[in-house]
Amino acid sequence: MPDIDIDAPGKTLMLMGNEAIARGALEAGVGFIASYPGTPATEILPRLAEVTKSRNLYAEWSINEIVAMLNAAAAATAGIRSMASMKQNGTNVALDAIANLNERGLRGGAGLILVNADDPGRRNSPNEQDTRSVAKMLDIPLLEPGDFQEAKDMIPWLYELSEELDCLVMLRVVAKISHTRGNVTLGELSRREQKAHFDLMPTIASWGQINLHARLHEKLKRAKERFETSPFNRYLGPETPDLLIISCGASFLYAMEAVRILGVQDKVGVLNLGTIWPLPEKLIEKHLRNTQQVLFIEEVHPFVEQSVMEFTASLGPDGPRPFFYGKRSRHIPSYGDLTPDNALGAIAKILNINYQSRDPEYAEKVQVASKEEVITRLGTLCAGCPHRASYWAIHRALMLDGREGFATGDAGCMSAGFGPAGYFVAKYGACMGGGAGLADGYGKLKRFGFTQPVIGGEGDSTFYHATIPALLNAVWNQSDFTLVVYDNSTTAMTGFQPHPGVGMTAMGAQGKIVPIEDICRSFGIRVEICDPFELEKTTEVMLDVLRDEGHGPRVVIMRHECELQRARRERTPYEVSVNPDKCLGESCGCDRLCVRIFRCPGLRWNEQTGKSEIDEVICSGCGLCADICPRGAIEKKAAGEVGVSQ
Amino acid sequence: MKALIKDPLSLIVIGVAGQGNVVTSFLICDALVNEGYKVTFGQTYPAQQRGGPVINYIRISEHIQASPIIPEGRADVIVAMEPVEAMRMLNQYGNPEVMTIVNPRPIQAIDVTGFGNKYPSVEKLMEDITALSAKTWVIQATEEARKLGNPIMANVILVGALVGSGVLPLDRKAMEPVLQERFPKTLDINMKALEKGIELMKQYA
Repeated sequence: MPDIDIDAPGKTLMLMGNEAIARGALEAGVGFIASYPGTPATEILPRLAEVTKSRNLYAEWSINEIVAMLNAAAAATAGIRSMASMKQNGTNVALDAIANLNERGLRGGAGLILVNADDPGRRNSPNEQDTRSVAKMLDIPLLEPGDFQEAKDMIPWLYELSEELDCLVMLRVVAKISHTRGNVTLGELSRREQKAHFDLMPTIASWGQINLHARLHEKLKRAKERFETSPFNRYLGPETPDLLIISCGASFLYAMEAVRILGVQDKVGVLNLGTIWPLPEKLIEKHLRNTQQVLFIEEVHPFVEQSVMEFTASLGPDGPRPFFYGKRSRHIPSYGDLTPDNALGAIAKILNINYQSRDPEYAEKVQVASKEEVITRLGTLCAGCPHRASYWAIHRALMLDGREGFATGDAGCMSAGFGPAGYFVAKYGACMGGGAGLADGYGKLKRFGFTQPVIGGEGDSTFYHATIPALLNAVWNQSDFTLVVYDNSTTAMTGFQPHPGVGMTAMGAQGKIVPIEDICRSFGIRVEICDPFELEKTTEVMLDVLRDEGHGPRVVIMRHECELQRARRERTPYEVSVNPDKCLGESCGCDRLCVRIFRCPGLRWNEQTGKSEIDEVICSGCGLCADICPRGAIEKKAAGEVGVSQ
Repeated sequence: MKALIKDPLSLIVIGVAGQGNVVTSFLICDALVNEGYKVTFGQTYPAQQRGGPVINYIRISEHIQASPIIPEGRADVIVAMEPVEAMRMLNQYGNPEVMTIVNPRPIQAIDVTGFGNKYPSVEKLMEDITALSAKTWVIQATEEARKLGNPIMANVILVGALVGSGVLPLDRKAMEPVLQERFPKTLDINMKALEKGIELMKQYA
């Protein structure tokens, strides 16, 4: 994979949607980008950070999304084309900034784009919120790419729009574009000069002489005019189709695929909208007048569907009155991510086509075989993951304590705490920082007879992102709980991004390290640091801290580097094996503790021998399981060492 | 550009998270884009880092940018790094014409060990996979990779098998530059793995 700034106009590369956006930024002359890691938005920033040495570009992993948004706004108002990129949950964090930057405009500076990557189907998110509503709620012009090429091409176009209107603009991209890959033909790299200067000339502020909201509506009107003729609204099909599909995002590709498979190109047209808010109403009205039936295909909310119905209603009795199909009519599901099959099913139903995806006899045979043979695979923590050790210690400490204690959880790899990989230790969670914020709340319920010990769980990156205010609040208001920071020294889930505890910046420079314990200790509270791989000690500390009640919050930092990050640098620490002479198998009183309860994927049960064994393809050699086997049957020896260890 | 056996051609690369099937897909996609095809590469994967199935959808066409998901029952080729996963894909995307390349080395699931949900008989599984595929190639990729020094290289052996099968318009020559790009430091061993895969297909010629 060449660097994203390869100077080869006309060359075609396979790019992830996020990379296409990054390339678009370079072709538009972006000088400043800030972000916080979050799937499916993550890759935009690192691909740009990689080229900061050769280009005059500043790229930053910010502490959280509102800081990223404000940073980008500052650079834009100083004349540098800027971008803030984030996932849908991050846009919520940045919302207060967005809801004020929209009206204030950019003081005649350079363009500012908020890239928001949504996650329909919530495959890597706590929710599947549709962020297009933010654009409607806050009067922000919004585009959405329908393929990989558009993901790139929309960026320079959006910057021109942002500068023409002097306002923040948004790009919404769904995961099936941002996080999948396709062909992108490159354009010219920008040669734009980057010179920052903040113009002191007084401009309209928010003290009341001018109604900023009214001014924003004027801008939106002008955006709508531009959108009516935008090249990003494409129609493919006959002039007067029996069925008009209105799609956006990846749904465009699903609609086109379904039309091809059903062979209905001569009677079905697809209007893919790239300009989503405000809608190009005249363009849409023209197409509505040419058909009697309309099907909306979009992820997640019926945003375009409802907006089109709304303006159609205002056209009066002479306006077009086609049948509208979509989420309201239940032809398209109103939650989850879509597939081409959703488009196939809806079109076939409307046009009365009998569509069979495959030979029914084959379908029956394969279903019978699968019922027997396809096992469920839940996601789990990696072999060697330090979170497994932390959760094991916490699980044991809560059992030993015996007062129905529980933990809250948060995002990232440590969210495995809600499931079997984390022994169901985490019972409730909400958002970034939610683990601490919720625990802070539970810690104040004593007057209502609440006696359960509570553990607030946060990751290390999340600690810096959104935990500090909750912890400070707990210290001030003397909330009784234990904050555990699962510190694996990286933002692992999204691909090992650094944070202030590591010090390294997105551009690879050494920034200032701000240790978690220094922040916590400055609050004057008890702070313990454990290596969770020292299972006994960690369990003891945990139990002691849980019972150290009556004077506000305590903090336990469980620090052990992410196994995948370690493995990139060093060799495996141990060779682990199960000694078949010591493992008693089914007859041991442990009831298969290692595979049934501990559940590291590197361990498996051998049905033939009735004993446990190591799957050497998966085992990372961390050696943790050697410490949990009550018989000492799991043995570890330093990797490379000859002979048998005791 | 060589004509495809079908347009669009729909390929699935399936494995358990951690087996390296995304790298397999990258190698195939990069080589196809170099040859001038329009390629879409879609993925679904579990939220945690390990243990769940990772499905890669690769769509290849001379003319169109196909969608990142294959419609049900419409896979042309399945490359499975694990036998249960081969069956999982046949169940959703299989059809009487599908061709399957499968590594028979099982990976248990934490559900199996933890929830008493038993891993099926591999023999029966392979029998059913063969019965449900128009063509089946069984490639001992993990075993062969172990002989090369690291079981993770099963993924590149399977790329070799796919190239050797002749279902894609790719040959050894098309693969060398993409292997060079992905593995600049370990090109030799990866080329060996690729060639091993091509060689293993010869038993079926």
